[in-house]
Amino acid sequence: MSGLFDDLRDLYQEVILDHGRKPRNFRRLEDADATARGDNPMCGDRIELFVKHAPDGTIADVAFQGRGCAISTASASIMTEVVKGKDDAAARALGATFRELAMTGACPDCDAALADDMERLAPLSGVHEFPSRVKCATLAWHTLNAALDGTKEASSE
Amino acid sequence: MDGTTATGFDVQRIRQDFPILSQPQARGRPLVFLDSGASAQKPRAVIDAMVRCMETAYANVHRGAYRLSELATDAYEAARAATARFINAADAREIVFTKNSTEAMNLVAHGWGRGVLKPGQAVLISELEHHANIVPWQMLRDDRGNELRVCRVTETGEIDMEDLAAKLADGKVGLVAMAHMSNVLGTVAPVERIVAMAHAAGAKVLLDGSQAAVHRRVDVQAIGCDFYCFTGHKLYGPTGIGVLWARLEHLDRMPPFLGGGDMISLVTFEKSEWAPPPAKFEAGTPPIIEAVGLHAAIDYVTAIGMGAIEAHERALVDHAMGALSEVPGLTLLGRAQDRGGVFAFALDAAHPHDLATLLDRAGICVRAGRHCAEPLHARFGMENGTTRASFGLYTTKEEVDLLAQALTEAREFFK
Repeated sequence: MSGLFDDLRDLYQEVILDHGRKPRNFRRLEDADATARGDNPMCGDRIELFVKHAPDGTIADVAFQGRGCAISTASASIMTEVVKGKDDAAARALGATFRELAMTGACPDCDAALADDMERLAPLSGVHEFPSRVKCATLAWHTLNAALDGTKEASSE
Repeated sequence: MDGTTATGFDVQRIRQDFPILSQPQARGRPLVFLDSGASAQKPRAVIDAMVRCMETAYANVHRGAYRLSELATDAYEAARAATARFINAADAREIVFTKNSTEAMNLVAHGWGRGVLKPGQAVLISELEHHANIVPWQMLRDDRGNELRVCRVTETGEIDMEDLAAKLADGKVGLVAMAHMSNVLGTVAPVERIVAMAHAAGAKVLLDGSQAAVHRRVDVQAIGCDFYCFTGHKLYGPTGIGVLWARLEHLDRMPPFLGGGDMISLVTFEKSEWAPPPAKFEAGTPPIIEAVGLHAAIDYVTAIGMGAIEAHERALVDHAMGALSEVPGLTLLGRAQDRGGVFAFALDAAHPHDLATLLDRAGICVRAGRHCAEPLHARFGMENGTTRASFGLYTTKEEVDLLAQALTEAREFFK
């Protein structure tokens, strides 16, 4: 059906709708060694993030639970897939680059090391055209930083 | 199409009074503004009155012994008199201008709540209140220990009158504070009955009329309440001006909230004496231009007729109930018998924020979230929030149909 909303397919790409409907790693991690709760008080989005590290300091497993819109759910779901196997510093660096992408739509310093991951995150870049929705895409990443910092709570306000 | 009703209400002619409604939106779509419950658009009469005030008759009020200041004072006090007539207050001195409804309710919580309400008395609100009628009473409770009771709301979204009676029964409630019309469910409360029950139990009554005053003719003397709050910007007037109406006996007993100029009759460094109400509660330079705008807004809706506006909105509500019930997967929050043009709903396939983003593309402005009524959304198990469409006197049936069609398409989009 050619509809009212066809031009919104850039924002709501199929991969986002898919992750939004069937989020990956959507569960509790009972043996997590780092957790945090993320809130977006404006819209009521809320996630709880669980991280478990391997002995070598890399992220062995990461999972989340919560509620939110398609964009925040998809962003959290994709994030859990891309940070697995990274150490904390690499996960934070990826998050910083992703936030830049979400706010500007551009990825000026996507060097080769980040290129594969950023390609997976690229479908979310459409939010930069919707200022009120950028926070939806970045909530999971703020929450990851809070978990790694040990501050337990993050807000995307 | 001729939209003129038996009352002479012509929605197409009314739409021409609102300059913003002819501003084309993204991709040339017309504006479909369904967020009037948050803040309404402004008619030319209000815009012009405020500009005219600034261009021809502006100075500070209650101060200058010169003609311009007298003109401004007259205009400000004329707005108070018009506001008193609008809600049938017995005396213009019962009208206190505030910043908005929220400030009006906080003024009662601070002044009357701390100055008149007794230590052992409780405040009774309901589950459907806006945060502005919850938080000030929580602050009073935490400060002074006055119990805060919450009356239940039924599954249809109406005040549970049995629970109201039960919570009034011990005679400890000093104030019942409730919304005249819910900003989420659209429910119009049976305020005369609530007032009768509260007064019989020894409680005063505050009504939050932020929504109701826009959609119904309000007669505070017929309702019989003690305090009534509403705001200018939802009534097609400007932001920055709200109204507290209270019986003079209550205003006389209430200590002031803010201290400063214009609210005193005598000041020495040892002590000050308060001016009589309403000046006692209007410290500092008041919202003069905004009062002129509110006056113009009141004149505007009064000329159309609150009865005609109510009839138009009742027809729209009936139409919307039909149109929205045909949208697959839509759950409407609240099905009160007596309701106004506010519809909060959930769509099974889409989160409210995703939905609002989509509708915006169709030129349709709706609100998504919990509409400053988080406990009410929890009560109905809607933690994700809802999408809300709220009507104004310029809303048309065609706009409601466009919303219903867009919702149906949005559901396909997310499926």
